[in-house]
Amino acid sequence: MSGKTLYDKLWQSHLVEQRDDGSALIYIDRHLIHEVTSPQAFEGLRLAGRKPWRIDANLAVPDHNVPTERQERAGGIAGILDPISRLQVQTLDDNCRDFDITEFAINDPRQGIVHVVGPEQGATLPGMTVVCGDSHTSTHGALGALAHGIGTSEVEHVLATQCLLQQKMKNMLVRVDGQLKPGVTAKDVVLAIIGKIGTAGGTGYAIEFGGEVIRNLSMEGRMTICNMAIEAGARAGMIAADETTFEYVKGRTYAPRGEMWEQAVAAWRDLHSDDDAVFDSVVELRGEDIKPQVTWGTSPEMVLPVDGVIPDPQSLASAAERESVERALKYMGLAGGTRITDIKLDKVFIGSCTNSRIEDLRAAADVVKGRQVAKSIKLAMVVPGSGAVKEQAEAEGLHEIFTAAGLEWREPGCSMCLAMNSDKLGAGEHCASTSNRNFEGRQGFGGRTHLVSPAMAAAAAVTGHFVDVRDW
Amino acid sequence: MKSFTVLSGIAAPMDRANVDTDLIIPKQFLKSIKRSGFGPNLFDELRYLDQGEPGQDCSNRPVNEDFPLNQARYQGAVVLLARDNFGCGSSREHAPWALDDYGFRCIIAPSFADIFYNNCFKNGILPIVQDAEVVERLFQQMYANEGYALTIDLQRQVIVTPDDSELGFEVDAFRKHCLLNGLDDIGLTLESAEAIRTFEDRWREQSPWLFGSLA
Ligand code: SF4
Repeated sequence: MSGKTLYDKLWQSHLVEQRDDGSALIYIDRHLIHEVTSPQAFEGLRLAGRKPWRIDANLAVPDHNVPTERQERAGGIAGILDPISRLQVQTLDDNCRDFDITEFAINDPRQGIVHVVGPEQGATLPGMTVVCGDSHTSTHGALGALAHGIGTSEVEHVLATQCLLQQKMKNMLVRVDGQLKPGVTAKDVVLAIIGKIGTAGGTGYAIEFGGEVIRNLSMEGRMTICNMAIEAGARAGMIAADETTFEYVKGRTYAPRGEMWEQAVAAWRDLHSDDDAVFDSVVELRGEDIKPQVTWGTSPEMVLPVDGVIPDPQSLASAAERESVERALKYMGLAGGTRITDIKLDKVFIGSCTNSRIEDLRAAADVVKGRQVAKSIKLAMVVPGSGAVKEQAEAEGLHEIFTAAGLEWREPGCSMCLAMNSDKLGAGEHCASTSNRNFEGRQGFGGRTHLVSPAMAAAAAVTGHFVDVRDW
Repeated sequence: MKSFTVLSGIAAPMDRANVDTDLIIPKQFLKSIKRSGFGPNLFDELRYLDQGEPGQDCSNRPVNEDFPLNQARYQGAVVLLARDNFGCGSSREHAPWALDDYGFRCIIAPSFADIFYNNCFKNGILPIVQDAEVVERLFQQMYANEGYALTIDLQRQVIVTPDDSELGFEVDAFRKHCLLNGLDDIGLTLESAEAIRTFEDRWREQSPWLFGSLA
């Protein structure tokens, strides 16, 4: 018999009940909750007279709707100007109080984007099953965990039963060997992967990312990679736990200590695929081949290296492809044949659960240090992923570098990643964004998103158009 | 949950690949704390010419006449014909809520995004996968025939077209059972409460660090 993949191991260790029809009951160790996808689940519990199965497994934090402007933020929930956002954040607060669930409330220093907060507090750990009513829950797989997004009915199901009804996915290995060139980051690696396999390439799979390039990434970089597994179609992305992982987890608030730490690490050492494990699909990339990436269209797979040229729809063989490229170019207000470096920008957003951790902010600060945001840029903002990231960045003086260069330094939250608060693109505006989705309207009605790494976004802020950070 | 046995009615097109959940229901409508009322904002950005806001009366907004759901021939549609990778992107369950609230109970496409596919079943919507050529044929027949209606018989696992030909489809046995009977997942899982408790006790002993208090 062949060995097991990391996914197989995590699945088996959490299997409560296997049903004859192929479905299975899987135990959930950590359930993260935010304000957008939970109100209807709590309502469902109330209506059915049910209680959470295990209160300590749940951690809540408002992130999608919270304002990031200091003044509006200072007023707490009552200060949120948009009444509908205010009600949603208030509802989370009320639900957590009613059900006795720990919440990092709006102005708690530990508040932040749920996927930044979990690992940072040690609330998500290697070997766990982690779910949240949010597709970017795949982020937590970077710790060697099985983590994926769920819908609101499942949020209610996990609250009530501590389990999920699941079908086992297939195994995919994405292996990136070799070395990255200077200036090429985790974001570029994951965009290159999506460019290669497409946004549906991972559908039905749990993806494990491996190879030398992945091994050499920091935890922050690994989280960036797993974060976007969902953009490659896979609900779950994961990376084997190793010394980098243990080093990152050690000492965090909810991480085990003392003797229990030793015991945990001993168990975590098995969180990797066996040498003879068989994957249903294997995709390989070379680190040396990856250049800084920029998306030009309305799907993350519409991505090119920074020295690339936007495809001319006329040159495409299939009618379906031609049509989809034409539609994307129309929405983006771009012509086929345009060089990526000729795309002019209006706004720059550095933030989101993909790229708002300390390492991301350092990379961006490095680029803008001593420089100025281009006159043509209407707004360039940096939104730290959490209160802890903000504190760390301020301790390092990064906020001063940003503000001196003309970027706004904001309070933590999802912000312009999905524009549920007042941080939005105007119609027709082009934005260099470190987030994960460039769908139509994602960052504001008619807004045009280009996904890039923090360093690339920072360089674009200075020049007003895309430039190759490798020449910076 | 509403049960799903036999569904008959008009089919309408959503003729593009990679329709994401932001397109199905834009994020500004996610601020609702309710499960219903999303129907008027289904495909909001395609359906209307202005920018939709929550709580607005959609009946006097300018509509995009080119969008099929605004055309007389597709009124009252219950089946949505779609293309590859339907429902990709965000995990928002508001997407199936909006489809359901509008009146769609069945979606036929060559492929679906995983989370969306799963969410459909939890809301009494049946997503059916058919080969791309079959879906293409259905699209052509629908475009050619005004009032084109399909019958979906879940028990027999067939789609019946107007010329009475039948197309079989696959559906997982457990999901079929739940849909046919309108069963609530949570109630069913709690029948296994004993097994969950046994697992939990053993797991706690084996991995005590997973059971610390967050307070
Ligand atoms: S930062 Fe963006 S992608 Fe991440 S959880 Fe928030 S809205 Fe979702």
